[in-house]
Amino acid sequence: MAKRKINWYKYASPVNFYPIAGRMIPWFAIPAAILFVIGLYVGFIKAPPDFQQGEVYRIIFIHVPAAWMGMFLYIIMAIYAGIGWAFNARLSSMMASSISITGAMFTFLSLVTGSLWGKPTWGTWWVWDARMTSTLILMFLYIGFISLQAAIDDPRRADRAGAVLALVGVINIPIIYFSVQWWNTLHQGATIRILNKPTMAPPMLAAMLIMLAACWLYSIAIVLYRLRCIIVERERSALQVAAAAA
Amino acid sequence: MFRWMVQRDLTLAWRRRADVMSTLFFFVIVVSLFPLSIGPETQLLRSIAPGVVWVAALLASMLSLGRLFANDYQDGTLEQMLLTPQPLYLIVLAKVLASWLVSGVPLALMSPILGLQFGLPGNSLSVLVLSLILGTPVLALIGSIGAALTLGLRGAGVLIALLVLPLYIPVLIFGAGAVDASINGVSAQANLSLLGAVLAIAFVFSPWATSAALRISLE
Repeated sequence: MAKRKINWYKYASPVNFYPIAGRMIPWFAIPAAILFVIGLYVGFIKAPPDFQQGEVYRIIFIHVPAAWMGMFLYIIMAIYAGIGWAFNARLSSMMASSISITGAMFTFLSLVTGSLWGKPTWGTWWVWDARMTSTLILMFLYIGFISLQAAIDDPRRADRAGAVLALVGVINIPIIYFSVQWWNTLHQGATIRILNKPTMAPPMLAAMLIMLAACWLYSIAIVLYRLRCIIVERERSALQVAAAAA
Repeated sequence: MFRWMVQRDLTLAWRRRADVMSTLFFFVIVVSLFPLSIGPETQLLRSIAPGVVWVAALLASMLSLGRLFANDYQDGTLEQMLLTPQPLYLIVLAKVLASWLVSGVPLALMSPILGLQFGLPGNSLSVLVLSLILGTPVLALIGSIGAALTLGLRGAGVLIALLVLPLYIPVLIFGAGAVDASINGVSAQANLSLLGAVLAIAFVFSPWATSAALRISLE
């Protein structure tokens, strides 16, 4: 019954986490690549064309996971930033900075794929639909977070200032979402639903879920990779000492 | 203490009347640019008036944010305020209140004249003033978070805009929506109530966030 105890505090130190992150990356990156291939195969070849939209709908296999990731990553980023601020944990704050770029990337991707899909389906690149508008605002929130951190030279102040902004943003997201939705229904009689399908064919759903899993794994891998870069940038001297001692 | 803080900030603002006036004239000029660029059709102007006045109010209230903490920060007063035994929450609230009195209230009082330029009916004018009276304190409260976060940074002015404008969106929607509703003959009460709700939330939470941000910035 000898239970091996893991000293979690040890791994909360950026210098100690650096090699572990390096070892973890392949475990996420390789499955991500495999799942991307499977997901695209199922999505493009196995799934039947939609009876209303034909082949165009296939962009949802990247669009929907990207939109979900954009939203989830903002919340996760805020949680990490909050932990980093409350417990003075540098690694958490570094995680938040690292996540912000990936989150912004996914949000941007979902906007671009959405408008590419909108052109042949709705006949327009952009509609002031509630979801599109709130995704756009989410993108602005990411940009605010990234530019605030970029403008502050002292990394600890940048971490904490970012945390305040991210938490304020999280409180605001539901308010923004409802205000936009409400504004939208006021202005346009009929709202356009992005996924107006009562039932999805099983291969479609499978492809979407596989792509979602692939996006999660990709995000974890790339966030860890960027985290390593941030650690090298900030804790250069500590890493050198650790390397010399080893 | 609260009253003393408000009085102090109002006195300081009074000594620098030009700053307050320039914000107000910025508001007037921005609004007046729209008919010149769009054309003088009354029907069109009436339908864009709520949006134009509200966007101009957003931009004008952002101009005054830079002054909220910057002067006190430069001469060290702000640091002393942080060291006082009084809660920072109240100090922040007092400063925001004073800043709203000198920047938000004049905007709201000036707005009926601009509304007349856009051909708004009398009923809508009163809704416009009411929505600005309810909305501009929210702008000042949320803006104070941005002002505290960007204190003493390079290019703080532009950065504040990036941080704060997305957070202003609900206020813009409800405020312009209220005026819009009154023009179209619908009751503006729903929008005004929502604006009041946003004000209540911002009143409770944002001085707290601003205090936290001030402590971070002044470390």
